[in-house]
Amino acid sequence: MRGKAKAMPAPAVMAETPPRRPLAGLAAMLRHGRYVISENPVTGFAFGLFVLIVIAALFGPYLVPHDPLASDTAAALKPPSLKHWFGTDQLGRDVFSRVVVATRLDFFIAIASVALVFLMGGLAGVAAGFFGGWTDRIVGRIADTIMAFPLFVLAMGIVAALGNTVQNIVIATAIVNFPLYARVARAEANVRREAGFVQAARLSGNSEVRILLAHILPNILPIMIVQMSLTMGYAILNAAGLSFIGLGVRPPTAEWGIMVAEGSAFMVSGEWWIAFFPGAALMIAVFCFNLLGDGLRDIFDPQRRT
Amino acid sequence: MWSMTLKRLMFAIPSLIGVVIITFLLTRALPGDPAAYFAGPAATQEAISQVRAKLGLDKSLLVQFTRYVGDLARGDLGNSLTTGQPVVTEIRNRLPASAELTLLGLIVSVLIAVPLGILAATKPDSLIDHACRLVTTAGVSLPVFFTGLILVYVFYYLLGWAPAPLGRLDIFFSTPPQITGFYLIDSLLTGKFDLFRAALSQLLLPALTLAIFSLAPIARMTRASMLAVLASDFVRTARASGLTPFTVIVTYAFRNAMLPVITTLGMVFSFLLGANVLVEKVFAWPGIGSYAVEALLASDFAPVQGFVLTMAVLYVALNLIIDILYGLIDPRVRIEA
Repeated sequence: MRGKAKAMPAPAVMAETPPRRPLAGLAAMLRHGRYVISENPVTGFAFGLFVLIVIAALFGPYLVPHDPLASDTAAALKPPSLKHWFGTDQLGRDVFSRVVVATRLDFFIAIASVALVFLMGGLAGVAAGFFGGWTDRIVGRIADTIMAFPLFVLAMGIVAALGNTVQNIVIATAIVNFPLYARVARAEANVRREAGFVQAARLSGNSEVRILLAHILPNILPIMIVQMSLTMGYAILNAAGLSFIGLGVRPPTAEWGIMVAEGSAFMVSGEWWIAFFPGAALMIAVFCFNLLGDGLRDIFDPQRRT
Repeated sequence: MWSMTLKRLMFAIPSLIGVVIITFLLTRALPGDPAAYFAGPAATQEAISQVRAKLGLDKSLLVQFTRYVGDLARGDLGNSLTTGQPVVTEIRNRLPASAELTLLGLIVSVLIAVPLGILAATKPDSLIDHACRLVTTAGVSLPVFFTGLILVYVFYYLLGWAPAPLGRLDIFFSTPPQITGFYLIDSLLTGKFDLFRAALSQLLLPALTLAIFSLAPIARMTRASMLAVLASDFVRTARASGLTPFTVIVTYAFRNAMLPVITTLGMVFSFLLGANVLVEKVFAWPGIGSYAVEALLASDFAPVQGFVLTMAVLYVALNLIIDILYGLIDPRVRIEA
């Protein structure tokens, strides 16, 4: 096994402690995870929902009963029935199929923007906390400036400036979340700056950049992952809000925000199902990520539990 | 007191500078040639170069920035491409509609969230505590435009209690004379009570939508900070001295618990100003949010830039007010300053 070979050249001082099995940490975390889930059934429920969302995102287009883009004007604006579970919209498209198929795009936007801000904010924050000085001041200034805007308004401005595309929605959502990530990463890196293992690594002749990437970064990863799942819900809401006002995604693409926007005109004449079901899907997804974030925090970071 | 206020003002200046720089950079990030963009799609090559010279785009970035700041100082935000009107006038005319909506939303939200948080904290694990938890969890998951649409469906379509979600006033009414720009206040000042009723009925649903949206953070913070204060020594002493529970909770505990709640208001405003755009779209509200959305869809950048700038300046100002308010309530902050 790779792990064992790696543990071999450990310094003599360390030899007193029994060599750690490489998977022991993971196994303990899984055990703790199972404990948290059995202790808090809500987290288990959220995890079940999450699996359902992932399945819909991956296999949605192959599972749905109707073509999400096929219009059938004869069957337009029909309420939910056995044939069309969530009814049909103004063009006779099946709302259920569209809601399921849209999962992939919404999920992709959220994941992409969170991954992007994880890279940008995480790295900038870690560098700021570890190096201090000018790096810290510059990153802090950027974060403060972003925070001086109402976040959704800034996202609108960014999409307006960069161009009205899905890609720019991802970028805008990432930028407005930047301060959150940078601050968490900065605080965590700052605490570990002079920690024993960092000094040991420094004395063993590692370069500062190597210490940062190989020693500090892996240590704050769990906390960053919790931060990711906590902001995932906000990322989905932000992206759906942008597409609700008509940015990014264009019709006839199936996406929850734009589907609610398309159905909003029919709310006043009583055809509630067109906007209701995509809106409810959006709400459930955000709810699921918020619960999951709380649950993950209990697993990775039990001290912060409230 | 004055020195503290002055110090807070100084703190707001870097934020304002950052805001101006970012809004400037946003225009320069426009894809393609900004001159061609501002000249409009039908412009000739000559017109484009004319616009370029007029906008100073042939100059260096620094010169352009100085011009931009100069324009801002004179209150010039440029003209809208689609209407040809100055952006400043349009924003000034529409701002009261947005402000009235946002403020009423915030007031309703505080009136519900603060008592809910206090009751939840004084009776942990009671029915009201669980209700508070439900509200705070559900509140952060609800897309604000979705809440608005549900309210429209229930209160307009099903029950028929609310008027159609089409703007600030029913078309049968004429707008009240412009005094403050707030229809509720203006109609009362001129003694037109039926007008007040009509304006209020239009305002109620969108304000309620915003209130539901901002309920969660305020209630959560009130509950948490009340719990912390109620466990402290001075509350125990007050109780032991035989003061009535009402005096202990309201006079002793609540005044201290208010401080973190006021800090949270800063974040709540960030959310509210953003959510305002979405709510204005749902209710066809003629505020600056819907102005920006219309401009955005027409690729008319000057109004969007003016809107982003206005919102950011408003937000910085609101944070400043919150900071000063904080100092008024908490004497310790004043001594530190």
